[in-house]
Amino acid sequence: QDKEEESKEEESCNQQNTASRRKNYQRENSNGKKAGEEGSRQRGKKTPTKDQKESENKEKETNKKGKEEENKQKSDRKDSTSASSNSSDEESLSDEELAMLMEQVEQKKKLISTMRNKPWRMVKKLSVLREAQAFVEKFEGALGKGKGKKLYAYKMMMAKKWVKFKRDFDNFKTQCIPWEMKIKEVESHFGSSVASYFIFLRWMYGVNLVLCGLIFGLVIIPEVLMGMPYGSMPRKTVPRAEQATAMDFSVLWDFEGYIKYSALFYGYYNNQRTIGWLKYRLPMAYFMVGISVFGYSLMVVIRSMARNANESTTDGDDDNFVFSWKMFTSWDYLIGNPETADNKFASITTSFKESIVDEQESNKDENIHLRRFLRVLANVLIICCLCGSGYLIYFVVKRSQTFSKMQNVGWYERNEVEIVMSLLGMFCPPLFETIAALENYHPRIGLKWQLGRIFALFLGNLYTFLLALMDDVNEKLAEEDVVKNITHWTLLGHHNLSMGNGSTVTPPPLDPADVPRGPCWETTVGIEFVRLTVSDILVTYITILVGDFIRACFVRFVNYCWCWDLEAGFPSYAEFDISGNVLGLVFNQGMIWMGSFYAPGLVGINVLRLLTSMYFQCWAVMTSNVPHERVFKASKSNNFYMGLLLLILFLSLLPVAYTIMSLPPSFDCGPFSGKKRMYDVIQETIELDFPLFVAKIFSYVANPGLIIPAILLMVLAIYYLNAVAAAYQRTNTELKKKMQMQREEDKNKRNNKASTNPMLQDMEDLLTPSTKKESHPKQAEDKKMESPNRISPVGKQGKAAVLDGSPMMGGRGAAFTPPPHVFVTQPPTLGVRAPYLGQPRPWGHPPRPVPGMGRGQPRY
Amino acid sequence: GAMGASSSVLPRDVLGEYQELTFLTKQEILLAYKRFSELLPKEERENACSARVPKSQILTLPELRASPFQHRICRVFSTSDNGDDSMSFEDFLDMLSVFSNSATSDIKSHYAFRIFDFDDDGTLDKKDLEKLVNCLTGQGEESRLNAAEMEQLIRNILEEADIDKDGTINLSEFQHIVSRSPDFTSSFKIVL
Repeated sequence: QDKEEESKEEESCNQQNTASRRKNYQRENSNGKKAGEEGSRQRGKKTPTKDQKESENKEKETNKKGKEEENKQKSDRKDSTSASSNSSDEESLSDEELAMLMEQVEQKKKLISTMRNKPWRMVKKLSVLREAQAFVEKFEGALGKGKGKKLYAYKMMMAKKWVKFKRDFDNFKTQCIPWEMKIKEVESHFGSSVASYFIFLRWMYGVNLVLCGLIFGLVIIPEVLMGMPYGSMPRKTVPRAEQATAMDFSVLWDFEGYIKYSALFYGYYNNQRTIGWLKYRLPMAYFMVGISVFGYSLMVVIRSMARNANESTTDGDDDNFVFSWKMFTSWDYLIGNPETADNKFASITTSFKESIVDEQESNKDENIHLRRFLRVLANVLIICCLCGSGYLIYFVVKRSQTFSKMQNVGWYERNEVEIVMSLLGMFCPPLFETIAALENYHPRIGLKWQLGRIFALFLGNLYTFLLALMDDVNEKLAEEDVVKNITHWTLLGHHNLSMGNGSTVTPPPLDPADVPRGPCWETTVGIEFVRLTVSDILVTYITILVGDFIRACFVRFVNYCWCWDLEAGFPSYAEFDISGNVLGLVFNQGMIWMGSFYAPGLVGINVLRLLTSMYFQCWAVMTSNVPHERVFKASKSNNFYMGLLLLILFLSLLPVAYTIMSLPPSFDCGPFSGKKRMYDVIQETIELDFPLFVAKIFSYVANPGLIIPAILLMVLAIYYLNAVAAAYQRTNTELKKKMQMQREEDKNKRNNKASTNPMLQDMEDLLTPSTKKESHPKQAEDKKMESPNRISPVGKQGKAAVLDGSPMMGGRGAAFTPPPHVFVTQPPTLGVRAPYLGQPRPWGHPPRPVPGMGRGQPRY
Repeated sequence: GAMGASSSVLPRDVLGEYQELTFLTKQEILLAYKRFSELLPKEERENACSARVPKSQILTLPELRASPFQHRICRVFSTSDNGDDSMSFEDFLDMLSVFSNSATSDIKSHYAFRIFDFDDDGTLDKKDLEKLVNCLTGQGEESRLNAAEMEQLIRNILEEADIDKDGTINLSEFQHIVSRSPDFTSSFKIVL
C-alpha cells in the first residue's frame, strides 16, 4: 500500500515537470483519460498551417497550466498523507515493516545514485533528490534493532564518508590530468582526430614518468648518493688519453667524455653487491628495474587496450546503418572553430553524395579495374621505396664500420647513419602519402595503410641498424678478450714492480685513469641509442619549424606580392600529419625501451622530450596548421595506436632479452662485470641472501622439467581460450544473422500488410500511439497507473493483429504468402463440408476431390 | 581575477547536489558557474543562480556558435516560459552534463533525439530529417543536396532505421541505431 502511494507521488511529480510545453505526446499522457480521444483527434486533423498549430498550442498551454496547479495541490495533499503514514510507521516497527522500510530506503538510495541518468530537468531532479534524501535521512536511523541499530548507523555513516571520499578523490584525479585545456583547444580547432594524437602523447608522457621514477628512484639516485664517487675506480674515470678533450662541447654532444663516464650509462655502475649503509643491492636492483620497465609497459599497454575494447562494446563494422550513422552521428560537437565547421559541412555533404551514388550504382566496372590497377601500382611503388631505403641503410652501416676503423674522420662520417635514417624518416612518409593518393581510399582506411607502411619503413630501418650494432658488439667482444689479458698483466706487473723494489711501504696504487680497459660494449649500445633519440628529437623539431612554421610564415606574408595565390594554391598551409606523428612517437618509445637497459638516463631525456613536444607541437599546430580538408573522427583508431605500440614493445623486447640471456657482460664495467651472464645476479642473491629452502624451491622451479610442462600448459590454455572465443564469435554472428532475418521478415510482413489489407493498416494506425508511448517507458508506466482499462484493449488488439498476421504470412518470403482473402473465404467452406463428410453417404458414388478447393483442407 | 571577485560563489550544499545530479566534477561545475556568470551582465552577477542568460549570449560559446544545431540545443535545454530560449544556470548545467565526457550513451542519445526532433512532436518524420540534412550540409547554396538526392537519402534512412514502418523514427528506434554507432558518444561532447 505504501509502495503504491510512493509511486503515485512520483507520478504526480512526473506530471508536474515533464509537462513541457512543446511535447504533444507528453501532454497526451498527462491529460490522462482524454488523451486517447485527443490524440486521435490530433492525428486525424493534421493541422495544415503553422499559425493554427501555434494557436492551438497556446490554448493547450493555458489549459495545462491549470492542470498543473491542480496537480500540485494534489501532490501536496499526498505528501502530507504519506508523511502521516510514515510517522505511524515509526511507532510500531515489526519485522516485516522494517524489511519493507529497508527496501524502500535502498530504493531511494538507488534512485539517488541513478538520478543523473534520468532525462529530467534540473528542477525536477533537485526536488526528487531532496525528497529522497530527506526520506533516507529520516528512516535510516530507525533501521536495525538494539546493537544492530548502532552498527547499521555506523555502517551507513562510513558508506557516506566513503562516497564522499571517492568523489573528492575523483575530483582530485581529474584535476591532476594535465593539459586538459590545451587539448580541448586543439580539439575545437581540428576535430577529435588531431586531438587523439595529443591525448596519446599525454598518455605516453604518463607512462614515461612512471618509468623514469622507477629508474631514477631505484637505480640512478642510489648510485649517485651511495655508490663510489667519480674517479675512485677505472670504470668511473675518464681515461688519460681522453681527459684533455673530455669537457669539450663537441665531445659531450657526441655523448663521449664526462657524459660517457657518468651514471647515465651502464658502464659507470660497480659490481659491488651492496652499496652504502643501507646495504642496497644495486646490481640486483638494476636487473629487476630493467625487467620491470618492460613488465610495467606491457601491463599498461594491454590494460588500456582492453579498456578501449571494452568501451566500444559494439563492433563498428555492422554496416546495417550506414546512412543513419552518417545522418545522426557525423557532427563532431567538439568543433568550435568556424573554419573547421565549414570543412566538416563540406565533408558531410560529400559523404552523403558519395553514399547516394554508391547506392544508386553500386559498382562501376571500368572504375573498378582502373582503381585496382592503381592500387597495385601504388603498392609496387611503395615496396620499391621500402627496399631502396633498406638497402641504403645497409650500405651506410657497412660504410660506417669501415669509417670507425679509420682515425680522424669528419663529423659527417661519424654521424652518417643517424643522418641518413632521419632523412629517410623525414622524406619517405610524404612520398608514401603522395603515392597513396593514387589509391583513393576513405581517409580513415587510408590513414591505416599509411601507418602500416611507415611502420614497415621504420621497422626495417631499425632492424638493419640493430643488426649492424650486433656486428659491432661481436667485434667488441672479441677485442675484449685481448684487453682482458693486457689489463691483467698490467696490474700484475705494477704489483710485481712495487714488490720487486723491496720497499716495506705499500706502493701507490695505479691511477685509475691509466688502467687499460675494455671497450664496454654495453655503454656503446647505450650511447648509440641516446644519439639516435637525440637526433630524432632534433629532426622532428626542425621539421616542424621549417615544414610548418616557416612555410606558414612564407605563405602568409609573401602572398601579398606573389604571382599566384599561395594560400589556396601550391604550397598552402600544412595539415597536421597524424599518422607520421603517431608513428614517430611509437618508434621513439621503442628506442627508449630498447636503450633504457644500457642507458638508464635515456628515459629522463625522453620525459623531457615529451614534455617539450607537448608544448611545442600544440603551439605549432595552433599557429601554422590548417584543419584537414576532410575532417574525420578518431573513433577506434586509439586501439590501433596501442596495437602498434604493443608490437613495438615486443620487438624491442627481443634484442634486449637476447643480449641479456646470451652475451657475456663486459669484464670491467657495469653492475654485472665478472659474471658469466647478467641474470646470474638473481641466482647469487638467492643463494646468499635468502634462506636455504628458498634457494631449493627456486632451483626446482628453474628446472627444465618443470618449465617445459608449464609452457605446454600455457599453450594449451591459450588454445582452449582461443577455441572458446571462436565459438562465441560464431554464436555472435549466428545471432546477428538471425536478427537480420527477423528484421527482414518483419519488413516483409509490414509491407504485405500495408499493401494487401487495408483493414490491418487501420489497425496499425490504432496501434501506433501505444507503441509510441512504450518508447517512453516512464510515461507508459504512468499511463498504466492511471488508466489500465484504456490502454489494454488497444494493446490486445495490437497483439491480436500480430497474431492474425503470423499464421497468415507463414513463410519467410513474400512470394509464398497467400493473399489474405483465401484465408477469409476458407472457413465457410470448411463449415459446409465438414458435416457433409461426417454424414453417412446416402448415395453410392465416391466424393471426387474438387479441383482448387482441396488445397489446405484438413483430412478426416 | 576581478571577475571572480564580483560574482557570487556557489553554496556548498548546492554544489554537492549538482555533483550528485550531473555527470560533472566539482571543478567542471565551478568552471561552468564562472563561465555562466561571465555571460551575464555585470549587475546580475550577484545572483547568477537565479538569473537567465538570453539565447544570444549563450550562443557566444564557440562550440555552440559553430554547431548547426545551436538553436535546437538552446530550445531543448531551456526551461524558459515565454519561449525565448534563455537559460538559467541549472539549464546550463543540464546541457553540460549531457554533453560531458562521462554521460551515458543512453542519456546522450535521448537528448540527441530531442535535438533532432525539430517540431517537437516526439518522432523524427520526413520534415525533421530534411531539416537535419540541411543543417548538416551547411549554409552554402552549392553544398545543398538537390531534391532528388534528398528524397533518396531520406528513403534510405527510413529503410534502415524505421523498424516499425510507420514512416517516422521514434525514440527507441533512434536509440537502437545510435547505440551501435562506434563514435556517437565520443563526438556528442562539449567541454567547457
